Amino acid sequence: MPDPAVIVVSTGSANLASVFAGLERCGAVPRLCETPDDILSAAHVVLPGVGAFGAAMARLREAGFVEPLRERYAAGRPTLAVCLGLQLLGETSEESPGISGLGIIAGGVERFPDTVRVPQFGWNMVTAAAECRLLASGYAYFANSYRLAVPPEGWHAAIAVHGDPFVAAFERGGQLACQFHPELSGPWGQALLTRWLAAPDGGAAC
Amino acid sequence: MLTVRIIPCLDVRNGRVVKGIKFQGLRDAGDPAERAAAYESQGADEVVVLDVSATPEERGTQVETVRQVRAALSVPLTVGGGVRSVANAGALLDAGADKVGVNTAAVNNPGLITELAERFGRQCTILAMDAAAAGPGKWEVVTLSGTNRTGRDAVDWAREAADRGAGEILLTSWDRDGTRSGYDCELIAAIRAAVSVPIIASGGAATIEHLVDALHAGADAVLAASIFHYGETTVADVKRDLRGHGVEVRL
Repeated sequence: MPDPAVIVVSTGSANLASVFAGLERCGAVPRLCETPDDILSAAHVVLPGVGAFGAAMARLREAGFVEPLRERYAAGRPTLAVCLGLQLLGETSEESPGISGLGIIAGGVERFPDTVRVPQFGWNMVTAAAECRLLASGYAYFANSYRLAVPPEGWHAAIAVHGDPFVAAFERGGQLACQFHPELSGPWGQALLTRWLAAPDGGAAC
Repeated sequence: MLTVRIIPCLDVRNGRVVKGIKFQGLRDAGDPAERAAAYESQGADEVVVLDVSATPEERGTQVETVRQVRAALSVPLTVGGGVRSVANAGALLDAGADKVGVNTAAVNNPGLITELAERFGRQCTILAMDAAAAGPGKWEVVTLSGTNRTGRDAVDWAREAADRGAGEILLTSWDRDGTRSGYDCELIAAIRAAVSVPIIASGGAATIEHLVDALHAGADAVLAASIFHYGETTVADVKRDLRGHGVEVRL
């Protein structure tokens, strides 16, 4: 039986209610992150986020959340990044020039070209690589203006197409980052959240 | 490839779904959370909850309604109706809305759109615009549920709102709303030519051809209330029919 307690890291701007509701529907008991220690003590941590890259990084830095998050990723512990959360894992964003991200992965996100509808609002087909353990192919709900164009090295990725192919999600063990919103992606998204919540917190013992 | 969104709209007053406002007076049409969940199971891509309360007192239940719908719904939820301030919008987002629509208050104070986009992000900030024909190829913005003609050009207003940070436009034809004579496709095409953000077409849908026409005119999503409420058809049937017309949908 997985530990139902899940820590949700606030990146400042509103709207964690859908994330909480989605986790609760999976039987988890989400709680807002209050201290840096919460990030290290929880078996499962969610890094959601809407709004601007720069403001979210400033909020993580002020709260002292940057180092514990890096530590969690380095130890391979189950962590789910959603939407802006995925973008924060990179080094940079075209949205906030000069601001450094968490640097968990190399590279950064860029705005969709003007040749497609921006923001991308709606359901897009996600195709998961055969190596993926958590991700499956299916329709996912997106609400984003920026995206990662090339999958990060060392992770298994899922791809979607909006004009050109972009990175819809990537995973490594119990670590999952989704550009789409699993909590808003219907039964398909609920199933993904459930698989992630079942990922064992093996890294804690190391 | 991004699919077309089919969005049922729940008109809510005093915590209950109502229907037939224009034609048959108010009739209770059930619990918002139950209706929303039923639409999700039919394949709704998103649900809009529009508070049509006539008074602030009736709107007192709005946040609780959003909370209940959110708990039942695992697809996106847009909430509109009576949103006057950043604080109003924040309360709805905290209760579980994913996007908040502003209409009259934004026309009176366009800076509200800027504030909402800066505070919550473009993806949360929806301009709900009611437009009425004002001559050939001209539409004007109407507010206060159509009772106030503002004289403001609808295309100009769409452009300004998108520049200020509206991430999407919920575009309702006041002339067509409730008429079942089809969306105003000229209006949709005119707004489409002016802005690059997504457009949700609203007002007048009765048949599959109406939906297809709106999509061809440039809408990214279609909203309908009565065709779903009255049990004439289901979201799933509509999507199957659209696919038959070559429209990409999530089935």
